[in-house]
Amino acid sequence: MEFEPVIGLEIHVELSTESKMFCGCRAEFGGEPNTRCCPVCMAHPGALPVANKKAIEYLARISLALNCNIPGRSIFHRKNYFYPDLPKGYQISQYDQPFAVNGQLGIIFDDEHISVGIERVHMEEDTAKNIHAGKSGRIAGALYSLIDFNRSGTPLVEIVTRPEIHSPQAARIFLNKLKNLLKYLDVSDCNMEEGSLRCDANVSVRPAGSGTLGVKTELKNMNSFKHLEKGLAKEIERQVAVLEFGGQVVQQTVHFDFASGEVTPMRSKEFAHDYRYFPEPDLVPLAASSSFVQKITADMPELPDERAKRYMADFNLPAYNAEVLTSSRELSDYFEATLAYFNDSRIVSNWLMGELLGYLNASGTELAGCLVTPAGLGGLLKMISSGEVSNAVGKEIFMEMCKTGGAAENIVAARGLTQISDAAELAAIAERVIAANPAQAEQFRAGKDKVLGFFVGQIMKETGGRANPQVTSRVLRDKLAG
Amino acid sequence: MLISHDEVRYVAKLARLKLESGELDRYAGQLSGIINHINKISELELKHVELTSHVIELANVFREDQARQSVSRELALANGPEVEAGAFRVPQILEAEEQ
Repeated sequence: MEFEPVIGLEIHVELSTESKMFCGCRAEFGGEPNTRCCPVCMAHPGALPVANKKAIEYLARISLALNCNIPGRSIFHRKNYFYPDLPKGYQISQYDQPFAVNGQLGIIFDDEHISVGIERVHMEEDTAKNIHAGKSGRIAGALYSLIDFNRSGTPLVEIVTRPEIHSPQAARIFLNKLKNLLKYLDVSDCNMEEGSLRCDANVSVRPAGSGTLGVKTELKNMNSFKHLEKGLAKEIERQVAVLEFGGQVVQQTVHFDFASGEVTPMRSKEFAHDYRYFPEPDLVPLAASSSFVQKITADMPELPDERAKRYMADFNLPAYNAEVLTSSRELSDYFEATLAYFNDSRIVSNWLMGELLGYLNASGTELAGCLVTPAGLGGLLKMISSGEVSNAVGKEIFMEMCKTGGAAENIVAARGLTQISDAAELAAIAERVIAANPAQAEQFRAGKDKVLGFFVGQIMKETGGRANPQVTSRVLRDKLAG
Repeated sequence: MLISHDEVRYVAKLARLKLESGELDRYAGQLSGIINHINKISELELKHVELTSHVIELANVFREDQARQSVSRELALANGPEVEAGAFRVPQILEAEEQ
């Protein structure tokens, strides 16, 4: 039987505000344990929360970018459970009146446009951090744990999709698109390694074409794109195997171990699902007036789709280039920064999509860690366009810049890579090459024009790629004709 | 009684309370009394009254996003019964796997 996976994602985003959600402690990753906390985020008796205005503005920005509806009123709830990283015994979250509902985000998968519904976007606070003492660093084998409250109370936005994703690859593409969008919105650094972007997935399978949902399991902490895709694939495989052998999927939370590729049930004691939500009496409701929503809309940064349209209109770039260049904010910003040094958008676009992305992919480097700055690339492109170095040598120089971070001028000077455009110098080389290959010269004279390429290649070899191709061709034609 | 022994046991478990058998009866009675008291409200005509989550007419109380000095770590940890490496040390969260 053919099975169809049904996937819904729950994404948690730590906002990059200066202070925490309900108190003025600095909200920042890391730091010496327990140096960024106070009575509010450590839940001392009588301490009262006050909501961070900027966090609510960021929340509104995210909601609008996800095409959500923002009801005029939403409230905070207390989600009650006991866990050492939750000092109050409850998390301030939102429940039946979330900040935003009914949005959508489109992705392109298999050349098809898929709209993924957003069920809700709400505000909550992050927990403290447990450090489990024990061999594995995992909770199961720990003898005791250490608690660091620096993260406690960091503004956290939860985004819940509808179960409208049908493959692990599409889930990865969705998460990637969402991450890029959040970076454009400038609301989070989305650093998955540091946990500022985290993803849980609900997954079930059903006979293809069936209208009802199967029993789902929850995959926790899929904290990289690879993790998410592989974890989902494994869990889907496991569920299909259970069903094919006549078994039943049990609703539970499962853990995916990336190293072993195993999916194992999490121990039930880790999660008690009776949260006894009730309205948070210490925080008044949020009333998003239409003027507030209008102001957030007006201040919205340029989003990737708009940017792509601008690139097509202003720079006359093909749709494909515009889409690739805007696929991440870093790349798009890099593109625009390079234009300030070398103002030919076509050439810059081609270099970024060909050389730069090629290098990043091949070396597994992130753009942020790339040693070539927009100014450095601009400098190289200027030298190519002025004819100081050939395009082919330029590509070599670029690779060296990637490795050493040196400036193009210095590399050219140090390695003597300046392009040879002097006709007399090239004529001398051409004469030598023609004399050494009389058979080919004869073929050319007999009308086989293609042989010219062979001679150009020989001259490039002689000069280490430094010969100016236009001048070389002209000189060769002269010499071969004579 | 409105609240059964099972419900008292369940609530106690959620609240991490250990009850003696005699206490089941006592708390079932007390909790039922509270529910009875609250149920009085249902005797009123409430069809036109909206659900209330907050009694004061106030919304959008915010603070500006400005970081201020946190308390010192020494003070932060002062009430911790056990402290290690600048952090609160808490007992094993999950009991050892049953054999």
